Amino acid sequence: MSKRIASLALAMGLGLVGAGLGATTASAQATLANVKQKGFLQCGANTGLAGFGVPDAQGNWSGFDVDYCRAIAAAIFGDPTKVRFTPLAAKDRFTALQSGEVDVLIRNTTVTMSRDTTLGLDFPAVNYYDGQGFMVRKKLGVASAKELNGASICTQQGTTTELNLADYFRGNNLKYEVVAFATSDETFKAYDTGRCDAFTTDASGLYSERLRASAPDDHIVLPEIISKEPLGPGVRQGDPQWADLVRWTHNALLIAEEFGVTKANVDQMVKSDNPEIKRLLGAEGSYGESIGLTKDWAVRMVKGVGNYGEIFERNIGEGSRLKIKRGLNALWNKGGIQFAAPIR
Amino acid sequence: MAVQSLSGSSLAYVQARQSEPLPPPSLMRGPIAWIRQSLFSSVSNTILTLVVLYLLYLVVPPVLRFAIVDAVWTGADRAACREDMVGHPVGACWAFVVDRIGYFTYGAYPVPERWRVNVWFAMLALGVVWMLWLRAPRRDIGAAYFFVVFPVASFILLTGWGAVGLEPVSTAFWGGILVTLLVSVIGIVFSLPFGILLALGRRSKLPVVRLASVIFIEVIRGVPLITVLIMANTMLPLFLPAGVTVDRLLRPLVGVAIFSAAYMAEVVRGGLQAVPKGQYEGAMSLGLGYWRMMVLIVLPQALRIVIPGIVNTFIGLFKDTSLVYVIGVFDLMKTIESARIDPIWAAPTVSNTGYAFAALFYFVCCFGMSRYSLMVERKLAAGQKR
Repeated sequence: MSKRIASLALAMGLGLVGAGLGATTASAQATLANVKQKGFLQCGANTGLAGFGVPDAQGNWSGFDVDYCRAIAAAIFGDPTKVRFTPLAAKDRFTALQSGEVDVLIRNTTVTMSRDTTLGLDFPAVNYYDGQGFMVRKKLGVASAKELNGASICTQQGTTTELNLADYFRGNNLKYEVVAFATSDETFKAYDTGRCDAFTTDASGLYSERLRASAPDDHIVLPEIISKEPLGPGVRQGDPQWADLVRWTHNALLIAEEFGVTKANVDQMVKSDNPEIKRLLGAEGSYGESIGLTKDWAVRMVKGVGNYGEIFERNIGEGSRLKIKRGLNALWNKGGIQFAAPIR
Repeated sequence: MAVQSLSGSSLAYVQARQSEPLPPPSLMRGPIAWIRQSLFSSVSNTILTLVVLYLLYLVVPPVLRFAIVDAVWTGADRAACREDMVGHPVGACWAFVVDRIGYFTYGAYPVPERWRVNVWFAMLALGVVWMLWLRAPRRDIGAAYFFVVFPVASFILLTGWGAVGLEPVSTAFWGGILVTLLVSVIGIVFSLPFGILLALGRRSKLPVVRLASVIFIEVIRGVPLITVLIMANTMLPLFLPAGVTVDRLLRPLVGVAIFSAAYMAEVVRGGLQAVPKGQYEGAMSLGLGYWRMMVLIVLPQALRIVIPGIVNTFIGLFKDTSLVYVIGVFDLMKTIESARIDPIWAAPTVSNTGYAFAALFYFVCCFGMSRYSLMVERKLAAGQKR
């Protein structure tokens, strides 16, 4: 209570008269207890990225990252709608998490060593393996990025994209010409109107940009991926229970896909004889309780948003307009690298 | 005798009736003459006219073609706005704006509660008209309404209050035109009184007051608005005790209010300096104290002088509010930014259409403000006309 008063006083000190708009308190420790007490999950989200988090006409958010927030909410409350989104710009996302403004950050954030070690944050899982790719016109007759010698390439200024591009072309002894623009919109328009031979950004972005082209079928995405961009949820360091919960949310969604537990059949699957499924769905053991939830946490989650494959297909895969291939994000036994540690 | 013969009708060479007036010479009056005089009066003028006409020819037809002729007005998704799917060139995709107009207006404000925002818009319009219409009845009540009743009512209406049966709505859901207007109105409403106080403070003879005003004005004016916003949004949480947060919409509101107050202070100070010293001395010789002298004699003259400056600051502030999008607040620009990337509306002209809509909105608002200020200037300057 005194904190609340202190923050109100500060707001007043800033010259604010209608201070009632308010200040809230949240404990940095024991995130789960705090979330349960609030009655909703506060999720740091993207301010708009096709397939990963976009508002619809009513302003409701949907997307791949958004569904991860909903999955966590479903695991805790049994209700995927008990989540509030704080759209965060790239530069204030970590501050928002550090200051306790959001409980978890699920906002296509690349996991890197410096972010993991110096920011006071943890990245318990990687829910999407992304990487920088190229798009070219079909009529250019190019099948590999290695054939792009001498090409002009449209890219966005001042991003790691530009640096990766330089590394890749220098490493392969290829000549190229960068045509850089300030915004992603301008960059793609320039490519679409023929200003450059190729367009580069993260592979997930290539597919959504291609939809916007004046003739989407005239463009192909080349197979080379020239950088590693593992995207994953972030949490504050120092709350191992909460980090475990986020990690096992991701693992459980993968295991559900691996064993064919879907949104539609999860109620029947509870009666399954397969020991893996029994442990996942809480028919055997009490694994949910070890992360502060109840035994049937994964049932609630899959019922709320589906398994990993369903989330993928619905938002960015074949069931969506983006039609991104699973690629690296296929399960480990289907040619990808999404590999979940077992529940036991 | 001679006089009589002149006024009489006996002289045959004096016309008895007035003759029909001739039409004015066509080269001196009328449209042709106007064109000759204004557009082709000299060689250089003729060249300039032709150049401007050519530029208009370059600009106007494509704009009309984009905005009206080739525009798509109805449709449910990207298929309506794609040249390869509809089979003719596509200009502006207004169908996208029509589809998302609710989002652009209210942001994510819950649909069943959006009537509250409509009521707020109506209350805002009432207050603005009451304040701005110079011959409106009881403008004193209007001022009380706008500066006391309206802020309190807006707060209750928009954030909700369980006691009167209004569902609480977190500011995280506010967006679009609602936020743009809210940030501008707060900036405008706070900046004028605070700006006047700061300007008086800066000219005060009390050293502490003067120093404090100078420091505040110079520090805030010395940094860009975007810095103030990022400080308020990103740095402030780091200074607060762990776990304490200030509402995300409140931060830019405070930032914009203090920023515009500092600018307003300098505009008002210009007006104060333009009032002749004799006015101050006259007021003092009447035995008026400081505040009466300011309120009754000096400020009315000073503010009239700086109306163009004040409106200029308001217009600048109104457009500057779009900067809040860099800190993740969903004003009109940001809602357009996040809607245009939706794959449902992925078509080449959708982004341009969104930006055109924003430009239209800002232009209409700013042009209205500018015309109004011209009108007020003419009215208030009536006594100065010779």
